[in-house]
Amino acid sequence: MSEDRIKKFEARRQQLKNMNDEQLKARFWELCNQIVEPMVDYGRKYTSQSIERSVLLRMGIDSVTSQGVVSRINEAGLLGKGAGHVVLKVADKHKVDLRAAAKRINEDKTALEGLF
Amino acid sequence: MNNLDIKKKIDIEEILNNLENYHPRRKGWTWRENVDGGYKVEKFHFKEMTKPLKNSVPLPAAKYFNNIDPQPQPVITTEIASGRFEDDIRRMRMAAWHGADHIMVIRTTGQSHIDGLLEGTPEGVGGVPITRKQIRASRKACDLIEDEVGRKINFHSYVSGVAGPEVAVLFAEEGINGAHQDPQYNVLYRNVNMYRSFTDAASAKKVMADAGIFQIDGAHNANATAKEGWSVMPELLVQHGINCAFSAAVGMPKSQIGLSTVPPCAPPSPKVWYDLPYAVALRDIFSEYKFRAQQNTRYIESDIEEATRTHVIDTMISALTSADIQSTITPDEGRNVPWHYNNIRGIETAKQTLVALDGFKQLVKIDRSGPLGEMVRDIKERAICFLEEMIESGGYFAAVEKGFFVDSAKYPDRNGDGIARDGKGGVGAGSIVERDADYMAPVCSVFGHNQLPAGIKKPCDPIDGCTLCKPEKIAYIDEIDQTDNCNLRLAKTVEYRKGKMIKPEAEWAGDGTVLIQLFVPEELEVARVAAQEIAKKMGLLDPEVINAQVMHPSEGTFVEVKGKVDFAIDRTTLKIPPKEVMLSEDEIRDGIKKIGLKVVAGTVGEDEHSVGLREILDIKHGGIEKYGVKYHYLGTSVPIGKMVDAAIETGADAILISTIISHNDVHRKNMRKLDELCREKGIRDKVMIMCGGTQVTREIARECGMDDGFGRGTKGIHVVNSMVKILKDKKRI
Repeated sequence: MSEDRIKKFEARRQQLKNMNDEQLKARFWELCNQIVEPMVDYGRKYTSQSIERSVLLRMGIDSVTSQGVVSRINEAGLLGKGAGHVVLKVADKHKVDLRAAAKRINEDKTALEGLF
Repeated sequence: MNNLDIKKKIDIEEILNNLENYHPRRKGWTWRENVDGGYKVEKFHFKEMTKPLKNSVPLPAAKYFNNIDPQPQPVITTEIASGRFEDDIRRMRMAAWHGADHIMVIRTTGQSHIDGLLEGTPEGVGGVPITRKQIRASRKACDLIEDEVGRKINFHSYVSGVAGPEVAVLFAEEGINGAHQDPQYNVLYRNVNMYRSFTDAASAKKVMADAGIFQIDGAHNANATAKEGWSVMPELLVQHGINCAFSAAVGMPKSQIGLSTVPPCAPPSPKVWYDLPYAVALRDIFSEYKFRAQQNTRYIESDIEEATRTHVIDTMISALTSADIQSTITPDEGRNVPWHYNNIRGIETAKQTLVALDGFKQLVKIDRSGPLGEMVRDIKERAICFLEEMIESGGYFAAVEKGFFVDSAKYPDRNGDGIARDGKGGVGAGSIVERDADYMAPVCSVFGHNQLPAGIKKPCDPIDGCTLCKPEKIAYIDEIDQTDNCNLRLAKTVEYRKGKMIKPEAEWAGDGTVLIQLFVPEELEVARVAAQEIAKKMGLLDPEVINAQVMHPSEGTFVEVKGKVDFAIDRTTLKIPPKEVMLSEDEIRDGIKKIGLKVVAGTVGEDEHSVGLREILDIKHGGIEKYGVKYHYLGTSVPIGKMVDAAIETGADAILISTIISHNDVHRKNMRKLDELCREKGIRDKVMIMCGGTQVTREIARECGMDDGFGRGTKGIHVVNSMVKILKDKKRI
């Protein structure tokens, strides 16, 4: 296996022999860009509790409250909606501000029912 | 508090006051300001120096160069993180005065595994717990410090670990100027799940990009971790390439993306044969990106001097290739958590080297026609083949699972000691969730799918503005832990910071840490134990040998011992010698004119040094001649008797002798002899006698019968000032 790898390396290297510095550079970046595509795609399509807490911070909700809110939203299977989205819905439903809505999610187990 | 007073210590309590209402006055990174046409100062025309500072401490030799303090092109970094930010702030001020404009704060151990933000000001270990309060206070202090030195300071920390996106938002809100962000670092060194790491990184990078936060990657950790740092060079190119390409794809401008690069080797290897081709290869491939050149830490031992010498060579490589940021390593990093003054030593190593190498590339060129060109190409080819093999193996995630990274062999060889991670494992495994079609985040700087309502102008319109647009909405938490916070710590040190008690310190106010250096004429093992015993007898608490170097296997060992003192000195009990009040130049000239002051001068004993005395005498050097003194110079190695005879012959008012050599106290003997001889000849009360030399002080000279004595840094005016004062005292003028 290892010998096979070394042979492949030599063959790959042979392909590069006729490239000048600029072509090597272009090849390097072509490969890097190709490699990162799937990772960028994860960034576009997925979210995490940390990303959602970072949204709530930007909505003016403190870090301690955000911790509980996002955890509850995750447990309720609503993280894919966006925690900010959820808090906004709760605020609209109960006609309260965002901080009060966040507090409600932490304190009232039914707060997340029937939102979507 | 609007301004710092140079004569006063920075008031930490005042910084903390009203912190809840503080907001950063700017966001984003600042480079140094170039001087068009080069920087001309005194006799020198620097090709690459930047705008000078308003207040600074120049290099020690600056006194021979009219105290100039040229500031090199790259931003200079120092890492300050003792675990107590309130003490770090004082160190930041010292660092800025020596030329640092990039202050990096390392996080406390384990913070990267904390799933969420920390708050308050708990004490850290090996770094500072990064919280809103700590960075806000530090940024506020940096505002004051940058006004004092007259140059913007970039404040920096880390956006890594499992709370990356929140930390990025925190930094954007608080005006942090630079940050490390590299998802590969999380995966390889922090065992954060790889899918989680890249998902979070995309969001974090978007926030950083919009806030102008300069990004530094984490690739250099590979050569700090691999057994043979210099063998992993192809992989380092790959790691840099992945973070750069990923960041650019997420929308970060290339001018905001920096490579963290370290010359991977150290003497006694032929360092430049590894480091230079590597530096050139990197700069070829990454020409559109910025370079943060770090100094080597991998091979630092406990010897500060050795570290410094390696760092000079590292910095020379920066000057020979390029660096946008020159990072410094505190030379004591190999033996303890860095101490205040070792940060300064690191900064001075970079400043001194870069100043000396100003415009280096106009004088020397890198020769690619010889072995260097071949080595550069070899690194690039191996890196490209590495990438091709990654793709063949199924891409990045598969390659990490197979242990492609941080293998200590030179690619394509493998030693099988690479770091392999399971895609289903690690911290935060299985924690990412796919966004639904109606996913929404009603705030700015969101990366990826975001289904916002139609017809809005800004993403945060549905909530009437997010914290990035309206800082007043930021939720500030002061303290959470009432038993571990800066208020309690500050109360314990107030007498050392604001009171009359003085206690030495290395890291924290009042820590009492001191270092003693000694030569023990014994073999290593005996010397270590003996040195510790000596330190104990000197009264040091917890003495610990932190460095020992063999001078000869049996002749002896140089040892450094750290320890603590448990006492403090009361400032009010100290007898501080009063500062010499200088007469005005006019008063001096008048006095000299009145009696037509004449002196005889010479270097006495078997001593051929003449430069120092000539500078005291000659008009050209601003010597005593400039003020109207007539002098008779007798040369070097003049016998004392000849000096006295010449004084009698010429009717001199003073005899000025220079004595540089001080072996066996010959300088003291010469002074005493001059005093005695003048008395014998009966001229002592008519003639002033004075002595100068590197080992001479006023106290020593007077002890030996002189009227005055002068040490290093003396100018002609100090000597005439003293003579005129004596003449006035004697009512002769």
